[in-house]
Amino acid sequence: MAEQLYNAIFVGSIYALFAVGFALVFSVLDILNLAHPVVFMLGAFVALFFMSTFGAPAAVAAVAAFLVTGVFGIFLDRVAFAPLRRRGAPPLSAMISSLGFAIVVIRLTELRYGPDLTSYPAGSLPQTVVQIGDARVDALRLLIIGLAILLMAALTYVVRSTQLGRDIRALAENPRAARLLGVDIDRAIAATFFISSGLGGVAGALLGFAYNAIYPQMGTPYELKAFTVMVVGGMGSLPGAVLGAYILGVGEIATLVFLPAELAELRDALAFGLLFLVLVIRPRGILGHRVADRV
Amino acid sequence: MDAIADFFRVYQTTIGVIGINALLALSVWLTLYAGQLTLGNAAFMAIGAYGSALLGMRAGVPFPLGLVLGSFFAAALALPLGLAVFRLRGVYLAIATIGFGEVVRVVLLTLPFTGKALGLNGIPPITELWQIYLSLAIVAYVLWRVQGSTVGRAWAAIREDEIAAASQGIAIRRYKLAAFVSGAAIAAWAGGLSAHLNFSIEPGDFGFTRAVQILVFAVVGGTPSVAGPIFGATLLTALPEILRPLKEYRDIFAGLILMAVIIYLPRGLVTLVELRKTRRLEEIGAADVA
Repeated sequence: MAEQLYNAIFVGSIYALFAVGFALVFSVLDILNLAHPVVFMLGAFVALFFMSTFGAPAAVAAVAAFLVTGVFGIFLDRVAFAPLRRRGAPPLSAMISSLGFAIVVIRLTELRYGPDLTSYPAGSLPQTVVQIGDARVDALRLLIIGLAILLMAALTYVVRSTQLGRDIRALAENPRAARLLGVDIDRAIAATFFISSGLGGVAGALLGFAYNAIYPQMGTPYELKAFTVMVVGGMGSLPGAVLGAYILGVGEIATLVFLPAELAELRDALAFGLLFLVLVIRPRGILGHRVADRV
Repeated sequence: MDAIADFFRVYQTTIGVIGINALLALSVWLTLYAGQLTLGNAAFMAIGAYGSALLGMRAGVPFPLGLVLGSFFAAALALPLGLAVFRLRGVYLAIATIGFGEVVRVVLLTLPFTGKALGLNGIPPITELWQIYLSLAIVAYVLWRVQGSTVGRAWAAIREDEIAAASQGIAIRRYKLAAFVSGAAIAAWAGGLSAHLNFSIEPGDFGFTRAVQILVFAVVGGTPSVAGPIFGATLLTALPEILRPLKEYRDIFAGLILMAVIIYLPRGLVTLVELRKTRRLEEIGAADVA
């Protein structure tokens, strides 16, 4: 039982890191960034590149994944979103533009690494197992949980208590008013994408380390889960996304434990059924404070 | 004449798929024209595909009747679903319909009689090209007529300003629901045709990717007119064939073309055609009026 709970927390932490970046861009710019799963995947491959080419240790590779995907996020914004923003195009256009971008990046990665599973260089990942009570726990995953929580705390600090965070929140509230008040909009948008994509990239690298199996399409299932996570927690709310992520993590492991094996496929139906129910009954989710876009 | 016959034989499947994709694009156009973003049409397509295939293979129901029943199932499901989800708008509506689509996909993976992950194989390939194109012609003609009718104008009014439309006495919920339910029926019809064109179906064919693909056909083609979705579906379905010489780089070009269209042609590919009209209007100084 303890092992299952710990698995749930691990899965929830990865969901949270993924969804927090997704939710950040949504709350600030009202964009559903369909290229976020690609950034997630890229993080895993950037880590692989640093480890296999330069022999970097996993920790250094994770930092590199954060920085490279963060910068990549700014590039993504410049290419796929900035031209649409200048024209005041509807959010739907941004969704489709990011989808086109995602197809290109996935294909490029497949050309370089092939479409199948790739693993990290042998011996590059720590394999210590720790005994806690009667549960045997993989030290690497424990480390990943700790790191995820640390990163989310850092994000909360940046958004709540720094000048940059205040700029980003002003931008989210009202871009025009923010500009009049002297907020450097372009810098705030770039920072939003850097943070969002950096966190997504680290999440990908950490998940890659934990499973030691990465592939170009690995982000897609997480994209759908992230919708559930954001809606359950409250669309555009960062603490909501974190809460939603752990609820989904625990819920999924619970269905895995309690459902008979032949119904295991229903695990995903549960996630999306939950999504659907929350939207119909309480569209603003658990922590959403803004009134949902409804008639 | 031989050259034309050869062309049809070689590209028969592609030509069939183009027609089916055009039907699917029109099915989502209905809701888009009313200003509502829904992503459930892949699931309705699945219901039509599985419904007609199972009825035909297990119960011996004739193909046309199977198509009708499949569309009927989808519409009957779309009605209560629409009542629930049309309290939502924008991204929330889109996500709710994605959730519905995933539930349908997972249910198809779990039910005992749908073949689970392997899907259904050995579906008789009895769809003829003329059936697809006759369906497309009828649907396109009806939608074109509806667009100019009271219903079409009500949809446009809802899209432009929902509150203003409501204050004019337009029954918003009912019109949205009408668009959604008829879209579901068209998607299911296309699904039935596609199942009997392809020999086999599996739940993975009708997932999130498919839902987005249908939306992309419509939006890239252009939503202001009925011609847009048909045009978009045709071009984007034929694109992989056209780009075949690029080999492994063709998806990359497809992605880049998608971005270019959405960034530089805001009203979709049909703007290319409209461009000439606009130029003419500019020459006589009437562009603003039009």
